[in-house]
Amino acid sequence: MLVQKYYESERFVPDKEMDACGLFGVMHTGGVRFGGQMAIDAIKNMKVRGSGLGGGFAIYGLYPKYKDYYALHIIYQNKNLAAKKVVETFLKKHFYVVFDEEIPTNPDIRLFAPPLAWRYFVAPQKSGVEEDVPDDEYVISKVMYLNSEIEDAYVFSSGKDAGVFKGVGFPEEIADYFMLEQLYEGYIWTVHSRFPTNTPGWWGGAHPLSILDWTVVHNGEISSYGANRRFLEMHNYYCTLHTDTEVLAYAVDLLMRRQGLPIEVVAKILAPPMWEAIRYMSDNDKELYTALRMTYAPLLMNGPFTVIVAHHNEMIGLTDRIRLRPITAGAKGELVFLSSEEAAIHAVCPDLELAWTPPGGEPVVVRLHTKDHLQSLNKSI
Amino acid sequence: MYDYLLPEFIVERREDSCIRCRVCERQCANEVHLYDTELDRFFLSEKDCVGCQRCVALCPTGALYVHPRQADYRPNSSWTRDKMQNLKKQAATGGVILTGSGNDKPIRVYWDHLLLNASQVTNPSIDPLREPMELQTFLGRKPDTLKIEISAGKAKLASEMFPNVPVQIPLVFSAMSLGAISYPAFKSLAMAAKEAGVLFNTGEGGLPVEMRDEYADCAIVQCASGRFGVDLDYLNSARIIEIKIGQGAKPGIGGHLPGEKVSDYIAQTRMIPRGTDALSPAPQHDIYSIEDLSMLIYALKEATNYTKPVSVKIAAVHNVAAIASGIVRAGADIVAIDGIRGGTGAAPLATRDNVGIPLELALAAVDKRLRDEGIRNRCSVMAAGGIRSSADAIKAIALGADGVYIGTAALVAMGCTLCHKCYTGRCNWGICTQDPYLTKRLNPELTSQRLVNLLRSWSHEIQEMLGGLGVNAIESLRGNHEHLRGVGLEEWELNILGVKGAGE
Repeated sequence: MLVQKYYESERFVPDKEMDACGLFGVMHTGGVRFGGQMAIDAIKNMKVRGSGLGGGFAIYGLYPKYKDYYALHIIYQNKNLAAKKVVETFLKKHFYVVFDEEIPTNPDIRLFAPPLAWRYFVAPQKSGVEEDVPDDEYVISKVMYLNSEIEDAYVFSSGKDAGVFKGVGFPEEIADYFMLEQLYEGYIWTVHSRFPTNTPGWWGGAHPLSILDWTVVHNGEISSYGANRRFLEMHNYYCTLHTDTEVLAYAVDLLMRRQGLPIEVVAKILAPPMWEAIRYMSDNDKELYTALRMTYAPLLMNGPFTVIVAHHNEMIGLTDRIRLRPITAGAKGELVFLSSEEAAIHAVCPDLELAWTPPGGEPVVVRLHTKDHLQSLNKSI
Repeated sequence: MYDYLLPEFIVERREDSCIRCRVCERQCANEVHLYDTELDRFFLSEKDCVGCQRCVALCPTGALYVHPRQADYRPNSSWTRDKMQNLKKQAATGGVILTGSGNDKPIRVYWDHLLLNASQVTNPSIDPLREPMELQTFLGRKPDTLKIEISAGKAKLASEMFPNVPVQIPLVFSAMSLGAISYPAFKSLAMAAKEAGVLFNTGEGGLPVEMRDEYADCAIVQCASGRFGVDLDYLNSARIIEIKIGQGAKPGIGGHLPGEKVSDYIAQTRMIPRGTDALSPAPQHDIYSIEDLSMLIYALKEATNYTKPVSVKIAAVHNVAAIASGIVRAGADIVAIDGIRGGTGAAPLATRDNVGIPLELALAAVDKRLRDEGIRNRCSVMAAGGIRSSADAIKAIALGADGVYIGTAALVAMGCTLCHKCYTGRCNWGICTQDPYLTKRLNPELTSQRLVNLLRSWSHEIQEMLGGLGVNAIESLRGNHEHLRGVGLEEWELNILGVKGAGE
């Protein structure tokens, strides 16, 4: 457990970072890949929601050529080559590295202390007792090891056919720095602009946060953080970044990937209905929702938050149970948008067909080849 | 033998205010006030006064004043008045000095050194007068994971749940047995628990058969070392069954209800002959080890067909965390920790004041240990012993408790003034006595309202503080040490509590 492993007392666990933010996500439900123009312009439109201390993008359908390999985006702070050496020795031991290269950047863009960014396409190389560990679990344990044990090295993302680009700066600066518009296409783009309130930005603390192909961008301040963190620690998630987004990412991973619950159920764990509402539900629902709240009470994310969670084939928007942070959804044809502000959607899609505001705790689920997102339209405010 | 004891209290009567109504005389079971009709004056037997303030509270003209008499002997920091009086009592009787109620020694009260957080700017505080603020809590074991089946787009629960008991407010009345307290006091607790949607605990004195239809639904029944009042119907009528291993006020020892207090009614409820001493042994004689405890837990579960959570109550002692972990692994659904300031109807003074550790430290240690072992969700943790206010209760929850037992606070709400003479059976407030002349002073209809009011005001206060923190459900504060800061504590204390110092 975290406490035993790293700290003499829980008292020494660092304070979490607090921030407010702008979010945007766009997905083509037909699976058609497109460039970064819309995501970049939309987040630019919400400039006041960030303070230039963090921005980032998650892109799905990013590496079709290497889509069967885990794509590790790793940064080395202070361009620490010694750390790179340690990491690469570790990778060679535990993975087959089929290809690696420096992530191309535009040297004309000046950012605060840019690290060395490298990407590796790898397949697990399991040995001994780890032979029987499923691939995903194996990769996660190695990523956790790198993030917590090796100074100056951070794994930004580790999913297949997906990747995260992030750093300290306004998101459009990050986009220019990594030349996202020129170099990449994907069928989901999520983007985050950060306004930290208690810490200077650092590259690892920018969003999206990622584990395997799950990414989370988040706006809010989760007052239940301590309760959430302790529960996740019981399930061997070590919160090393000390951000609300991290607990959300791990909670989603635990519930959706490890425990196999569908997002519609997970949304009711993170932002459950009031007991007063549960009391008037049908017997079946009452039983279900009571069990959910009882069992997963420590995963209730309490306090204002809006989150856009994505993984392959799915993009989900959710806001807290009493809707203290905004989220708006929009759609045109097969393009579906999620945004902190409706204006940003209109800015990149002037002929929008639908725009709606989902209520607190009601997820907008955008799925490949379905119209599931319209379910939340019926419940909109 | 002459005892050489000095009176503990000074009783003063303002003669100009006194109207000779003789309320004080009638109210005092200790016979401190004696009226002489011929002389038309009161005589005082000051040495019998216990300072319960009953006469003061009921004097219609405010003519009485009772205050402690502290400095008779030459002041001495080591040989205090208490210590010297105790020596004289022992010299006179050769017995163990008894006392009642909770530890009154200046052992650090950590609640007073912990401060709560509130929201400013980055997240909004929530106004409980305008928005829902949820305090409902479930007591019992929670599964590690849930199975959900989806058919035709509709989710359905496929896991079987362990029995859990909801409480509307995470406050539960502590174990106080019928026998230790009077029938009206016992009934008041039951009525209040029912009305407020919480639970009361029968202690080990049984649950009267005629109360079961109405109040068993909000009862925790105890199965203690004396097994008083335990039968199948008793177990099956309750919501939760509690195995009492220890009590914060007297860890390591049992209980003793003197035969004089065992009236027909008490005898019937406890299932013992009238007038016999009801002695609870120090250990449970079928539990000499953890596997024995496990067998009793499962025996009780078998007896109730696995429909009720089983709680195990222990006193907070030095290695409480390891013990609690063993209890959970033995199959308990609830672990109740009773700290050194917990109350009692009767306990040896030496034990009450010197054995055990403070609840706050024990609670933080237990919660951390259970989390470290990954079994925190397998049980609920109840905190007991010296919870004086809603603030203490909410801090206990932030330190990791699911719910809080309140005993002394409930007694005070009923009238108790903490005179510490519960063991004498002469409680002027009608709470801790079986004398019908005294017990009829409590009317359960009225007293239960006082208890309901107490719960209501605490729940409002908890809601206010919770809203201030920016959360709208009590579970979001449970074990959330980030919302606590310590002041005036040593480094090691902060470390055990897992709480940062103020400003850190």
